[in-house]
Amino acid sequence: MAITINGDAVSVPDDPRVSLLDLLREDLRLTGTKKGCNQGACGACTVLVDGERILSCLALAVQYDGRAITTIEGLGAAGALHPLQQAFIEHDGFQCGYCTPGQICSAVAMVAEARRGVPSHVTGDLDAGAITLTHDELRERMSGNLCRCGAHNGIMAAIAETFAEAAE
Amino acid sequence: MTPFGYSRAQDVADAVRRGGEAGTMYLGGGTNLVDLMRETIERPTMLVDVTGLSRDITETPDGGLRIGAAARNTALAEDRRVRTRYPVLTRAIVAGASAQIRNMATVGGNLLQRTRCGYFYDDDGSRCNKRAPGQGCDAIEGFNRNHAILGASSACVAVHPSDMCVALAALDAVVHLESSAGPRVLRFTDFHRLPGDHPQIETMLQPGELITAIELPPLPFARRSTYRKVRDRSSYAFALVSVAAAIEIENGRVGAVRIALGGVAHKPWRASKAEAALRGQPANAASFAAAAEAELADARPLKDNGFKIALAKRAIVAVLETLA
Amino acid sequence: MSIVEDARQLAQGAMQGAMAKAVALAPDSWVPGGKPDPLIARQHGHVGKPVSRLDGPLKVSGTARFAAEFSFDNMVYGALVYSTIAKGRIVEIDTGEAEAAPGVVTVMTHRNAPRLNPPPVFLSNPKAAGGDTLPVMQDDRIHWNGEPVAVVLAQTQEQADHAASLIRVRYAEETALLGFEEAKARGTRQGLFMGPPLHNEIGEAEAALAAAPVKVDATYRTPRHNHNAIELHAVTVAWQGETLRVHDASQLVAHTAWSMAQIFGIDAAQVVITSPFVGGGFGGKCMWQHHILAAAAAKVAGRPVRLVLSREGVYRIVGGRSLTEQRVALGASPDGKLKALIHTGTTAKTADNVMPEPFIMPTRSAYAAETMLLDVQTVELDMLANTFMRAPGEAVGTFALESAIDELAEALAIDPIELRMRNDPEKDPISGLPFSSHNLAEAYRAGAERFGWGARAARPGAVRDGEWLVGMGCATGTYPYYRMPGGAARITLRSDGHATIDIAAHEMGMGTATAQTQVAADRLGLELDAITFNYGDSTLPGVVLAGGSQQTASIGASVIAAHHALVKELLKTAGNDSPLAGLEPDQVASRDGGLCKLDDPARYESYASILRRAQRDTICVEASPPQPLETMHWSMHSHCAMFCEVRVNAVTGEPRVSRFLGSFDCGRILNPKTASSQFRGGIIMGLGLALMEETLFDERNGRIMNPSLADYHVPVHMDVPDIDVIWTDIADPHTPMGAHGIGEIGITGTGAAIANAIYNATGKRVRDLPITLDKLL
Repeated sequence: MAITINGDAVSVPDDPRVSLLDLLREDLRLTGTKKGCNQGACGACTVLVDGERILSCLALAVQYDGRAITTIEGLGAAGALHPLQQAFIEHDGFQCGYCTPGQICSAVAMVAEARRGVPSHVTGDLDAGAITLTHDELRERMSGNLCRCGAHNGIMAAIAETFAEAAE
Repeated sequence: MTPFGYSRAQDVADAVRRGGEAGTMYLGGGTNLVDLMRETIERPTMLVDVTGLSRDITETPDGGLRIGAAARNTALAEDRRVRTRYPVLTRAIVAGASAQIRNMATVGGNLLQRTRCGYFYDDDGSRCNKRAPGQGCDAIEGFNRNHAILGASSACVAVHPSDMCVALAALDAVVHLESSAGPRVLRFTDFHRLPGDHPQIETMLQPGELITAIELPPLPFARRSTYRKVRDRSSYAFALVSVAAAIEIENGRVGAVRIALGGVAHKPWRASKAEAALRGQPANAASFAAAAEAELADARPLKDNGFKIALAKRAIVAVLETLA
Repeated sequence: MSIVEDARQLAQGAMQGAMAKAVALAPDSWVPGGKPDPLIARQHGHVGKPVSRLDGPLKVSGTARFAAEFSFDNMVYGALVYSTIAKGRIVEIDTGEAEAAPGVVTVMTHRNAPRLNPPPVFLSNPKAAGGDTLPVMQDDRIHWNGEPVAVVLAQTQEQADHAASLIRVRYAEETALLGFEEAKARGTRQGLFMGPPLHNEIGEAEAALAAAPVKVDATYRTPRHNHNAIELHAVTVAWQGETLRVHDASQLVAHTAWSMAQIFGIDAAQVVITSPFVGGGFGGKCMWQHHILAAAAAKVAGRPVRLVLSREGVYRIVGGRSLTEQRVALGASPDGKLKALIHTGTTAKTADNVMPEPFIMPTRSAYAAETMLLDVQTVELDMLANTFMRAPGEAVGTFALESAIDELAEALAIDPIELRMRNDPEKDPISGLPFSSHNLAEAYRAGAERFGWGARAARPGAVRDGEWLVGMGCATGTYPYYRMPGGAARITLRSDGHATIDIAAHEMGMGTATAQTQVAADRLGLELDAITFNYGDSTLPGVVLAGGSQQTASIGASVIAAHHALVKELLKTAGNDSPLAGLEPDQVASRDGGLCKLDDPARYESYASILRRAQRDTICVEASPPQPLETMHWSMHSHCAMFCEVRVNAVTGEPRVSRFLGSFDCGRILNPKTASSQFRGGIIMGLGLALMEETLFDERNGRIMNPSLADYHVPVHMDVPDIDVIWTDIADPHTPMGAHGIGEIGITGTGAAIANAIYNATGKRVRDLPITLDKLL
């Protein structure tokens, strides 16, 4: 068995203490996934597991044997950016760039959650089917990704534009 | 992290067989346990991964729901039946943590979250009876704005951090357990303990015992239920005070009612006194206020958290008014 | 010119009153900025365009490499052990179990650490970078709770972390001074900032206050804060022969290189600090013990080291903003003219640092009061050295001052903007110097109109929307224009018309590389893609601090100087066969990839042509700007008018900011896109300061009790509304490009604007930050 990371099979580390985050950053040198707290409080380490966003710092790599991980490197590359990555540039959705990969991965999965109808803290009617990504819905759903530079407005603008069909 | 071994449980029997070994802990989503291990507060020598066990959410014969302990928090929150029949539970879950954490965290693991008291977390720098029984508690005279106003002891003033559990406490849920001695069932409100003299013992789980499922009884009036969380930051913050409530009103009077509080005690706090005070009373602001007073009558403030008493009362009244 | 020689000394700390006076009185033309930068007049170049960040593709794709993302062969991982007492001695440190743990390479304690010189504390030398002067792991003394006592190096991070947890330390504890009240009772000392005392007096302020018909007099408190850049502090270091190579996250590479050399007793050229990307700084990414410990441990082990602090580690060893207790007393005539302005108080520092939080700084230039008394007293606690954090002084000083102004406005029943305008100074109230640029009134006018200030109900608690009480508030923010000595830049012009700018500057997200590429393109008459802007490397020219919002000016002046040298060199190279023959540097300008005569643009030759004829592949020049005398000749400040709407929940007291507008007067804006982000970023950090941020320092043992991003709240997306930012765009005629640095101005005034809005919403005046819901119940 192995973990699939951006399409490549990677063997599970021998030491079960190794987090998915450290596997990516130290063993595989996939440093696009960031370490901001290593305690599940900042969202910088967000990656997608079978399309769902999780925090790789709280994930023991060994637990993800058999799963498919997508990191920022798997989403798009300089020269072939994902539309959301391009929108982050246009809307200045970052300053230092450190929380950025986590914000982008998080947003991609967030939109899938909303399409699936997963409610949030600000969802009014729990019985309603589809979720319209209002400004409040976007802000609440992205609140697990901290940004200290204060690029919040640009991040929201980039997400809203990229996923306009889901946003209000 | 202290070195440990890892294995995946094939089924419940396999899990409890291995879970009984000394030094073994069950691993769910890891959102709390991995953090505590990194802080060296938890030092298991073996982890048995139980995320592969049942995560099904199924109807029970009596019209309730049975939730496999490995169900992720998000899965429970988004379940159509939960949203419609137990909206308080969906509301509580989505008020907690962040979407990423809710995607990882299991329902069983949520019950076993440990307190976020800063002195508990400060493994080598502070005293904590929960971490090192008998050591003393630095929170009682320290920063305790977030701490308990109900049910605390001279040994511990910490609070339980879960939102989901507050809803489960209100909903009369039951917890299904399994151990080498066989299965047993606990009422949810009996699952967590008050600190007393042994704050290190937080639940009624026996060593090696595994949570296999949570069961929600049929509670038709819970369709009218909600959860309100009061916190410093508008999202991604633990509750200062939270209220889960469901209420049945017949001819302007309170029939059945369920209320639980979060952020106020060592366990999700079922507000039995408030419920008793409300039953049969007119469903109006005066009754709600009287019920809140009754529940908080025994509240004891610490240096920094006296505001929680008034806040809890206001939040109870506001939630009941919303539902009435 | 003797004035420049004198200024050099002055800049090195020998402040002379007579000297300052001489500069103040000198003709404008003698002073840098006396002749406006020609770029100010240029309207259709790259400057002023909303160019997207040039490093954007790297950042959004995760390929921008930060300090912990460089590797060396044979590298080991570090972990620190921190003291758990505030003061005393290490009696015993048992490292046996750790040394025997799997993967461990080295355990370093004070017993085996190499002998090191103490760090040169910031400002003790133009290149000093240290947070304090305490020796690093050189003896058994403990100076604060959290001081590193051991470094573990192991093959993997997991092994190092585990081994660190096995180290047992026994201390002999001594009584530490930790309580702010206790320390004040023992006596305070005059605060000194960059040399002179934080003290100003004009007239008899206390007497004027006593005599004033209308007055307010209150005490305001602000807590400790941490920067909390999302990137953890990290270094990846290697000794390569006698050279120390450090991949750093730094806002002062040249300072750090020099300081590390002092500490290790080697030549400054033997230390190479690089920092191409910094994951947020805000004053926190300077030189702290992790640099020194990683380099020392690498020496002991003979292996390269990666040391990434845990989030707790950042709180334990990287200082933050200190707490303040401020009295602001205002006396006014019934028409609102300020008769007395008193702003005094106390802040805590350590015995070994030089950083009293200078909260009176904004007050020095804010209002035309008839009398003033400004003073900062200090106490020294046994704690981690506090340090600069975004707008040190102004961020918390404007909270007190501008809250007090709002209180006075109410006492006078005058609109708070009108009150401010009645006291808007025409010249610097303390120094008497003319302002280089001061358009606060315009900022207020534009801001009030756009925000809809006219709709504000003057009576508190008058507006309610369901459960929510709604209020509006405003406040003035201000931040000085600085330009520190030490700037230098190198320009390398290639024969294909490409120019490289080299300067040891920093990009922490401010947009420096992008904005300065725009500036350089205009200055050299080139397209953006013909410019390479190199920075973040201590081997490049210049000693440029990314702090004090001075980097823009420092780079700007350095590139002006280098450009001047380049023009001179080009004219020399062009020779007699060029259309430019016979022209002096002052007679030519850059345009369209070459030089032309200023008043006859047709007299032109391209750089390529000049170099080709001279058979040169490149021309390389390096130059330094003149000493920053301009700040002694003019009173130079940025200003802003902040407008806020809050909603406070009547049931729970929860305060939430629903609208915010910042109206800025900060000279010419170089890049509206990145500038907007800078402004918003400051405002959002100010929102945190106002409503949620506080570092909990337990005065019983000196321990920080919320060293995590779960327990120290910074604003999340849900806390941040759409923030409107506008600016006057009026160039400061006396600064490079007409610009000011804008990294800090956004956090100034924000706290007070929010507090004032909360008062307007609820009638509750909260004078202790943060304004949490318990204070509003």
